[in-house]
Amino acid sequence: MAARHVRSIINGDAVEFVCEPEESLLDVLRDRLALTGAKEGCGTGDCGACSIILDDRLVCSCLVLGVEAEGRRLETIEGMAQHGELHPLQRKFLEHAALQCGICTPGFLVAAKALLERNLNPTETEVRYWLAGNLCRCTGYDKIVRAVLDAASEMREGRHAA
Amino acid sequence: MPLDQTAKSGTPFSKVGTRPLRPDGLDKVTGRARFGADMTAPGMLIGRVLRSPHAHARIRSIDSSAAEALPGVKAVITAADFLDRQDEHRDILVNVMAREKALYDGHAVAAVAATSAAIAREALSLIKVDYEVLPHVIDVEAAMRPDAPILHDNMFTSGVEPRPSKPSNVAARYQFGHGDVQAGFAAADVVIERSFRTEATHQGYIEPHACLASVGSDGQGELWCCTQGHFMVRDISAALLGMDISKLRVTASEIGGGFGGKTTVFIEPVALALSRKAGRPVKLVMSRAEVFRATGPTSSTSVRVKMGVKRDGRITAAEAELKYQGGAFAGSPVELGAMSAFACYDLENVSVIGYDVVTNRPKQAAYRAPGAPMSAFAVESVVNELAERIGMDQIDLRLKNAAKEGTRAAYGPTFGPIGLIETLKAAKAHPHYAAPLGPNQGRGVACGFWFNFGGQTCVSLNINIDGTVALAVGTPDIGGSRASMCLMAAEELGVSYDRVRTVVADTSSLGYNDVTDGSRVTFASGMATIKAAREAVKKLCARAAAIWGIPEDAVVWEEGQARPAGPNAGAFPPLSLREIAAMAPKTGGPIAGHCEFNAENAGPSFATHLVDVEVDPETGRATVLRYTVAQDAGKAVHPAYVEGQLQGGAAQGIGWALNEEYIYGPDGRLQNPGFLDYRIPVASDLPMIDTVIVEVPNPGHPYGVRGVGETSIVPPLAAMANALSAATAVRFTELPMSPPRVLHALEARRMAQAAD
Repeated sequence: MAARHVRSIINGDAVEFVCEPEESLLDVLRDRLALTGAKEGCGTGDCGACSIILDDRLVCSCLVLGVEAEGRRLETIEGMAQHGELHPLQRKFLEHAALQCGICTPGFLVAAKALLERNLNPTETEVRYWLAGNLCRCTGYDKIVRAVLDAASEMREGRHAA
Repeated sequence: MPLDQTAKSGTPFSKVGTRPLRPDGLDKVTGRARFGADMTAPGMLIGRVLRSPHAHARIRSIDSSAAEALPGVKAVITAADFLDRQDEHRDILVNVMAREKALYDGHAVAAVAATSAAIAREALSLIKVDYEVLPHVIDVEAAMRPDAPILHDNMFTSGVEPRPSKPSNVAARYQFGHGDVQAGFAAADVVIERSFRTEATHQGYIEPHACLASVGSDGQGELWCCTQGHFMVRDISAALLGMDISKLRVTASEIGGGFGGKTTVFIEPVALALSRKAGRPVKLVMSRAEVFRATGPTSSTSVRVKMGVKRDGRITAAEAELKYQGGAFAGSPVELGAMSAFACYDLENVSVIGYDVVTNRPKQAAYRAPGAPMSAFAVESVVNELAERIGMDQIDLRLKNAAKEGTRAAYGPTFGPIGLIETLKAAKAHPHYAAPLGPNQGRGVACGFWFNFGGQTCVSLNINIDGTVALAVGTPDIGGSRASMCLMAAEELGVSYDRVRTVVADTSSLGYNDVTDGSRVTFASGMATIKAAREAVKKLCARAAAIWGIPEDAVVWEEGQARPAGPNAGAFPPLSLREIAAMAPKTGGPIAGHCEFNAENAGPSFATHLVDVEVDPETGRATVLRYTVAQDAGKAVHPAYVEGQLQGGAAQGIGWALNEEYIYGPDGRLQNPGFLDYRIPVASDLPMIDTVIVEVPNPGHPYGVRGVGETSIVPPLAAMANALSAATAVRFTELPMSPPRVLHALEARRMAQAAD
């Protein structure tokens, strides 16, 4: 089959690419657009390391076709820090030592951002169930959950202050 | 080096023990960090590996002509493209690419490099392998039977006198112990003997193996890969390919988890061979299914333990027989399992026998404290049962028999200062141990031990002209070790943490470093860093002495400054590291410190774990309610990452106890090679994991550091089994304690009660 021409908005920038019809969005991001922050841990949607936001929806980019990005808005880990400033979640992950090897970290951050955009006051249980689609083998999740709760708390205070 | 717990002349640590941000953190939260699969090269080809669908089969022939003829295919390789070595590299050679036989489902038999992944996949389907399928064996006990299918005609059990006359699947027999166990059992008031089984579990790192190889027609090669030891990758790959070691440079990428599973080679020599044949760079990345089918899980085991105790709680004798299958090649971690089985106890009479068994499964690889969790599962389960039988508290019985300084370990050595008793006391004093339990809930305790490794280590520390410090280490950073190295260098030099930058250097930049394993890095690379920094300090003092025109030994280093040693040395204002560094070009050139050594006296680490579980009587599902880890770290260099190691090990152990297992069909094929069916713990499965860091200094390290990475996975299997047993009044002796297995046990108990 012939390659397809696709136009998307990725992290706020207009992007055009060609891809094979059967090519996953994750492969497009990594191999065609050099956005290697999303990782392939399984290729079957089980580990969440390739999490991105597609038109406000959290998805595993390994389960989306590249051609499905046509006309859509994508957010990846590369777009999370704005104007050289880390997102509160990124900062809290560092402060809480919420990563060891770091391979799952981009997926967790994207997934946690999607949670806080819906619910800025999640309980520990809500955080744990929202992040249950992201596997981490290093940390036992303790410090990740604490970092997300702390970021949520800081973002709530920031909203009140504003 | 003598123990110097306060680093220097009685002053407390100023950097070590703090919790600064890790130096590689920003890259890892922004997606910039480059892992194994994140690298590309001009002209790069994509490699793919063809794997055996059979558990055991003779390879009659391989016809790759159709694949080679496919447009876009640039190289096809088989075992013939490697040196046919008969030496100590034989097993790894055969594991990397099958020769006469495929020995397990997933064993590599050929590989291709093509201009695209799609063409590479198509090429694999065109390779014709003529297999003669042979009988196979998966289970460890079955593999030991006299009528079992034999994997290797040349395998005669070692450690048995006289040498067996027939080949078998038992590679080796090991024995440890001392005293008279029969007399010990005769003196006991209560003797318990039980058999246990554990299933094979995978390290489950989230990053599949990945590499990018490039070999030129001049025979020089470059390799980028995710590994726990790039020097090991270099040396083994060079041996299998017949290359000079000096012609292969290996760079370790950021590594997305290893836990022991990346301490050997799988695809790296294959990618190099493909690149050599194609004359272009080749990227080779495993799929998750390949990771499960073809890389090393740990052993499945069958363990029998017998222990005797007096009514006063003194253990009189202990005996164990361990059978570990390590996949298709010799080398299961049974020896380490046997050595560690009773290491937590001060025993007069102890005997352990271990059997290393081969089966038609992937070659096992080290998994965090290799061999120890399985034997601890059995021993710590029996210890709890002894406590129940004599009506003694489960921590008190352990305290009464705990190994301590001066205890002769079952595996030979006499322990120096160790922290087991301190962890038991910390667990007993923790509010967790006194918290009330509800219906269907139970509390388990277990202890664990790991030897800790030292090993070959080489670092280089350079003082830059602006007074910053460049530290090069050769041990891949798997969980924050660069932060610990920066802290130790900063501590010695008296500079701030952020003025030291630590990198993991490639194999051409440093002398040989053993792999990151055995919980050795913070201990060994840390000690090398301290030694290198002290050498640099000596040179900094010499420069100051030259500037001042006084003898070198009249200069001391304090708080990052050279100072005259006393009033007699002369009155000079101190010179800071930055000032001396700036003058270096005029005072003798670059200033650096180096260390190359073989680190010894790693100092073992002990832990005690507490866990509360609730078992749903309707479904058999066990929920972890609360978990506390108390572990001896000697000295916690970066406490946040020490806590992380304790929590991560506990979580992996919980997964091993409750869910994880390799499931084989009758055809010998792995049925669950994916994260959906091989279920590792997710966030909603676990509670917060409390930690108590105990610090009993290791006299073998200048700051008292002990490795912490591995011990934390040793107790959870037994702690969980003890908790489930307390919750249900059923003794669980097989892992995983998955809902169907627990429910079955609960129903059997209900039937038995109804019959009474």
